[in-house]
Amino acid sequence: MSGKENGYLDMELLRFTTAGSVDDGKSTLIGRLLYDSKAIFEDQMEAIENASANKGEEQVNLALLTDGLRAEREQGITIDVAYRYFATPERKFIIADTPGHVQYTRNMVTGASTANAALILIDARNGVIEQTRRHAYIASLLQIPHVVVCINKMDLVDFDQTAYENIKADFKAVAEKLDIENFYFIPMSARDGDNVVDPSTRCPWYTGKTLLQLLETLPVGEDMNRKDARFPVQYVIRPQSDEFHDYRGFAGRVASGEFHVGQEVKVYPGEQISKIQSINLFEEKLDRTIAPQSVSIQLEDEIDISRGSLLSAADNCPKSSQQIEAMICWMSETPMRVRGKYIIKHTSSEVLGIIQEVVNKVDINTLELADENSVGLNDIARIKLKTSKPLFYDSYKQNRITGSFVIIEETTNNTVGAGMII
Amino acid sequence: MDQNTINHLRELEAESIFVLREVAAQFERPVMLFSGGKDSIVMFHLARKAFYPGKVPFPLMHIDTGHNFQEALDYRDDLCKETGTRLIVKYVQDSIDQGRVAEEKGPNASRNALQTVTLLDAIENEKFDCAMGGGRRDEEKARAKERFFSHRDDFGQWDPKNQRPELWNIFNGKKHVGEHFRVFPISNWTEMDVWQYILLENIEMPSLYYTHKREVFLRDGTWLAKSECLTLKTGEKYQTKQVRCRTIGDITCTGLTLSEANTLEEIIQEVASTRVTERGGRADDKRSEAAMEDRKKQGYF
Repeated sequence: MSGKENGYLDMELLRFTTAGSVDDGKSTLIGRLLYDSKAIFEDQMEAIENASANKGEEQVNLALLTDGLRAEREQGITIDVAYRYFATPERKFIIADTPGHVQYTRNMVTGASTANAALILIDARNGVIEQTRRHAYIASLLQIPHVVVCINKMDLVDFDQTAYENIKADFKAVAEKLDIENFYFIPMSARDGDNVVDPSTRCPWYTGKTLLQLLETLPVGEDMNRKDARFPVQYVIRPQSDEFHDYRGFAGRVASGEFHVGQEVKVYPGEQISKIQSINLFEEKLDRTIAPQSVSIQLEDEIDISRGSLLSAADNCPKSSQQIEAMICWMSETPMRVRGKYIIKHTSSEVLGIIQEVVNKVDINTLELADENSVGLNDIARIKLKTSKPLFYDSYKQNRITGSFVIIEETTNNTVGAGMII
Repeated sequence: MDQNTINHLRELEAESIFVLREVAAQFERPVMLFSGGKDSIVMFHLARKAFYPGKVPFPLMHIDTGHNFQEALDYRDDLCKETGTRLIVKYVQDSIDQGRVAEEKGPNASRNALQTVTLLDAIENEKFDCAMGGGRRDEEKARAKERFFSHRDDFGQWDPKNQRPELWNIFNGKKHVGEHFRVFPISNWTEMDVWQYILLENIEMPSLYYTHKREVFLRDGTWLAKSECLTLKTGEKYQTKQVRCRTIGDITCTGLTLSEANTLEEIIQEVASTRVTERGGRADDKRSEAAMEDRKKQGYF
């Protein structure tokens, strides 16, 4: 075995999300990725072989691998977000597998919130349809840096290049209206395995990467915000032991950018200036720390800091306001109450917020805007919000951590909405 | 990998530490469930890192079925002593004696499912508002949809169809009186990640995980350890084999792997080449296709 911090102990992590319905072959595609990359074990395979046989199906149904809950197996649908894991010698992958129908928009948004890449499935026979636009819109709304368009079931159109090129052109037209930075196209047949892990022999005109090759090489570090140093304080460590009598460490996870010892920082909400005295990760003393590390930071000056405080570079500060404009996805069966009061959870801070106004609502199938102010389950809208205390934030486009928040209903404690600050 | 990225193990570590600190910040009386298995050992190691140089700000709790590997108990006691951590032990035997549960009958009798009652009673009596567990989403298909912060009603039950959405790294631990949370800090780890991390951090493990000679017998394709808690059925016989544990749980349902692996490197190679899931050796999951989901709904770990 090679050194401890390199070799196979030293892989990158890529999180991607998939959206699609039963008919697109999404579960088959994931089953294929897991199966061909040998992430499926014999006892799991045996269990689904038995289950397929019990249902009277001739072929082993790879989709059964990903349908976890009893209700889903009975109804043959994927209701919730399920997380799957596999690794190749190059990378470790986390899949957030979500259902694709419009009534599960909230699940797609949830799965997309932590993803570095999105897989969008298109049935080569149907081309770009309403559902494709919806999935592309969610990827753009959640600012997923890479979108991989899987043009599936190519075997059913005889691997016809013209059909593929037409779909590509149609998708590009949709993407132009949206905010998608990088997109890629792959012709494939998930059922037969063409261009999923191994290159297909049936479409010699495609010389690009297979899906797995692409997933192994998409840049992951680049999509992190490296510029704006932000550190929300989660917890204050005060051992009060003899050995660490004066230790007062601010524990948290670097949201973006980097911090180093000696750096001048600004502390919110008081906007005091201090310098970083030390950065600790367990017994190790670090000179610098980068996102997304969890560390503990000591400052040179005694400043009143608690959970909800934020450290930033002294010369690169977040915005600060009680008037917030944001895109939100509503996640509750109870509609949003305009002028209603909710709890807003933003990084490690928690404030009260009043929904002041619905600016507009997005029809995520047509991507048209409507001046409507009723916001119900799965709706996506632009709203104005007033908070009881200032938030220290960046726009979601610049920073997925300091630009996001969730909305909580006070009486039920349920998470009812997800917000992306404009 | 350049100096602006961290590797997958360090990223998982950072995520878990973040979750552990959220627990300490959001709950008044959290407790960490500790079985002596590798997942709870890694979870506790992460907790020490999260709060250093402070002490871990919550106790450990072991739900003891009475059917243990002695090595796991010794390891548990030494660890708590060395780190000055408070240990709470609750016994399934007490729940049986109090008539709270009835022992299963027959040669396959297991106390694994009975733990749920002991656990829920302990949470209620000790007024814990959060119990952290070492469950991982890759272990079993019902776990694949579990949240990091999993809400339980005042009966301790899980409602898989009505879970709170969990977005970005924002965790909602709000609850009403009488309700509690289960939190799974190592949700995103796989068995391989756990072993690689143990190697990376050089964490001391109970000897059970390494190869050793043991008297075992074969039942339904699974090697089980000889113990007072299990009686042989006709046709079964004790044999001495070179084995190790892939998971450590109740001795009556923990399958042993025939293995020569004697170092962490060898264990990692074995895990990499193995073709059966680690829960494949656990008799409690084999009872029906939805066995795990049913136990979880009732309040299992």
